[in-house]
Amino acid sequence: MTTSVTTQPAAIERTYAAYGRPAWRRVLLNREMAIIGLLAAVLVVASVIVPKFATPTTMGYLLFDITPILFISLAMAPVMIAGDIDLSVGSMVGLSSVTVGLCSQMGIPIAVAGLIALAVGAIGGLVNGLLITRIGLPALAVTIGTLALYRGIAVGLLGTTAITQFDKWWTALIKARIGTTGIPVVMILFVLLLAAFVIMLHFTPFGRGVFAIGLSKDAAVFSGVDAERTRVILFVLSGVMAALAGIYYALYYTSARGDNATGMELQVIAAVVLGGVSVFGGRGALSGVVAGVLLIGVLSKALQLVNVTSDVVSIITGVLLVLSVIAGSVMNWVQSKRVRPVPGSIQSKTA
Amino acid sequence: MDGQSTPTLELRDVSKSFGAVVALRDAQLTMYPGSIHALVGENGAGKSTLVKIMAGLYARDTGTFQMEGKPVEFRTTAEAKAAGVAVIYQEPTLFPDLSVTENVFMGRQPVGRFGRIDRAAMRAEVVELMTRLGVAIDPDRPAEGLSIADQQIIEIAKAISLDAKALIMDEPTAALSGVEVERLFAVARSLRDEGRALLFISHRFDEVFALCDTVTVMRDGSYVSTTPIADTDVASIVRMMVGRDVTELFPKVAAEIGRPLLEVTGLTQPGVFQDISFQVHSGEIVALAGLVGAGRSEVARAIFGVDPYQTGTVTIDGKALPAGKPSASMKQGLALVPEDRRKQGLVIDATVASNITDAIRGTLTRGGLITTGAENAAARVWARQLEVKTASLDAVVGTLSGGNQQKVVLAKWLAANPKVLIIDEPTRGIDVGTKSEVHRRMSELAGMGLAILMISSELPEVLGMADRVLVMREGHLTAAIDRASATAENVMFAATHSGEEVQ
Repeated sequence: MTTSVTTQPAAIERTYAAYGRPAWRRVLLNREMAIIGLLAAVLVVASVIVPKFATPTTMGYLLFDITPILFISLAMAPVMIAGDIDLSVGSMVGLSSVTVGLCSQMGIPIAVAGLIALAVGAIGGLVNGLLITRIGLPALAVTIGTLALYRGIAVGLLGTTAITQFDKWWTALIKARIGTTGIPVVMILFVLLLAAFVIMLHFTPFGRGVFAIGLSKDAAVFSGVDAERTRVILFVLSGVMAALAGIYYALYYTSARGDNATGMELQVIAAVVLGGVSVFGGRGALSGVVAGVLLIGVLSKALQLVNVTSDVVSIITGVLLVLSVIAGSVMNWVQSKRVRPVPGSIQSKTA
Repeated sequence: MDGQSTPTLELRDVSKSFGAVVALRDAQLTMYPGSIHALVGENGAGKSTLVKIMAGLYARDTGTFQMEGKPVEFRTTAEAKAAGVAVIYQEPTLFPDLSVTENVFMGRQPVGRFGRIDRAAMRAEVVELMTRLGVAIDPDRPAEGLSIADQQIIEIAKAISLDAKALIMDEPTAALSGVEVERLFAVARSLRDEGRALLFISHRFDEVFALCDTVTVMRDGSYVSTTPIADTDVASIVRMMVGRDVTELFPKVAAEIGRPLLEVTGLTQPGVFQDISFQVHSGEIVALAGLVGAGRSEVARAIFGVDPYQTGTVTIDGKALPAGKPSASMKQGLALVPEDRRKQGLVIDATVASNITDAIRGTLTRGGLITTGAENAAARVWARQLEVKTASLDAVVGTLSGGNQQKVVLAKWLAANPKVLIIDEPTRGIDVGTKSEVHRRMSELAGMGLAILMISSELPEVLGMADRVLVMREGHLTAAIDRASATAENVMFAATHSGEEVQ
């Protein structure tokens, strides 16, 4: 009664290797490593051939320039891994900087003004998230709408004027560097946030859910992942990080304007995709994303120092981006050719 | 059947390799006009590769391929179609926004004067085709919303209008209900009587015996045998397919029936299902039978919480489940193995380890953190339990065979240590060896005290496995039949007639 298959050899104890490839190949041969390697190569070459590149001053300015993109990309990466996109982040940077400016003008301390700006970011993100999940609209359509909406509010609040007066202590803090290293003090905040996002995305069940949603929303739901809630949280985080970038923008440039950071969403998305996050969702890692942002920053800074104009920098970034997407597709194609069909489910051949 | 006539299509000693993998080794297939030929074999036996060679998708490495005595060489699917080979796939791909007529004539519309498409001629021919096939499909309606069965009919109509000599049907019945299968068979028989050669691929032996006159068995990419259907039986075909004896197809073991674990009361979602009430006890396997579209999967999904329901209650071991919250249902010990393995059961592009741990991730954390190491350790245990055949735990689950994918889904839910297991179509599209293994496993789980609700469209499976059979028709429960009194006839009757007439 207990056995059904008579001639199967008695229980072959199967062993399961955790990985199909040796460790060095897994660690070294992937998208993230390719970008990190490219970043290292560009850094070395630029240090050797570009005068004044490898100095604390240059490095400092480089990091100051890319700080807003670094902040936003931390949250954009999970949004895109879950298969969504947030195009409203550039506008949210503008709206947040205007909020900080207006509050500061009204005499509200910067610390409180900053919290208000972060709340504005959270609300903006919540609006995106709810429109997308509750009504079921595509993220692309919703955030193109709020891109215009948030920018409109920002410009409407301040008109064409700019607020340029901020508490000196705060602007000094934002522009401060750590000792003589040239590294901005805000990088400490970035490293803390990076650690938090790495843990959230790569070391929690929540993060595993984000990847599952990006690969197959249905299957994730059938596994008990609350896909709607997860996606709303990611959009809120995206709004908050954009607002944080907006606060930085206002204080670092001591200028709160409605048109601050126009078009920044595309710079962020370009860096995230260059860093190996799939535009279709389900794939990516923050190591690659940070390397992608740094790579674009290093390239533009180095080229700027040798007096290459910004349009050429754009062209180079564009070419890199297209190449990286092509490389991804080619790698997938090569892998699909190498995947071998699993041998039929019979082990014991008949004699 | 007529050995004297020239074969419509003849493949001899055909081999095909992909890199180092031999998919087909000296395959043989001879199709005669006026005959329906069955091609059977486990998943991975090489049936699909053979079909793709006939369809012009793959080029063979060696061997000969003749049609009506003349050697042919197909480099594209268009060449194969032009020569008279038509393939009907399990799920046809029509253009949803175009009409039935436009779909039939896609890419070869008849033109009248000045190159204008001759709509009248197109429509007239489709009307004639439908009459000939004996089906009523409006030629002017858009293809969108047609059932899979109707879509297949349109593909067949297309093939006939192309005057296909050889018609290959690759698992056409997998997604059809009983009535639809009968209609398809009627069409197939009429095509046979017109002198066409048909090839029928199926995992369902009752269908093979009902429809076909000859059967070719394949195993591991090789040809095993070709026999007239009258000279063989299910047992010997299974033996040839598997290469060993499968003594019992449905190894049901009687288990001790305990307290009710799943109780559904008055579950209603207007337009989908009405007033569904039943219990499943510990140790019991209850089958939910009925035609495709009767609302069985919808009930399962509502119980689990993936779909909403308007009124009614669901309790697991006495505790009420909130509606629409799969995570809460899982916490109470409910597991659902969904109907669509590739889209719902698995994250098909993720790894084996990640899929196996999908439902238990929360329990693998230490201080809220989870590592790939912890996932692999847990996955290894369950992969071994279910004897999943995979090269490594980080293999993408989509590269496994259908049977092994189903084992991964089972592993995922057994890892969650459920009290109640709902399995929707447990063995759809998996080969006979793995099938009996899945059945044995279900029986074992019931023996361990689980309550199992099994949704199945395969009557032998329902009758073979269930302690009790619930039948649904058009959103209503129409019958509850005990194992002892359940027969194919009374289950089918309840599935097709209204509740009052039963018993």
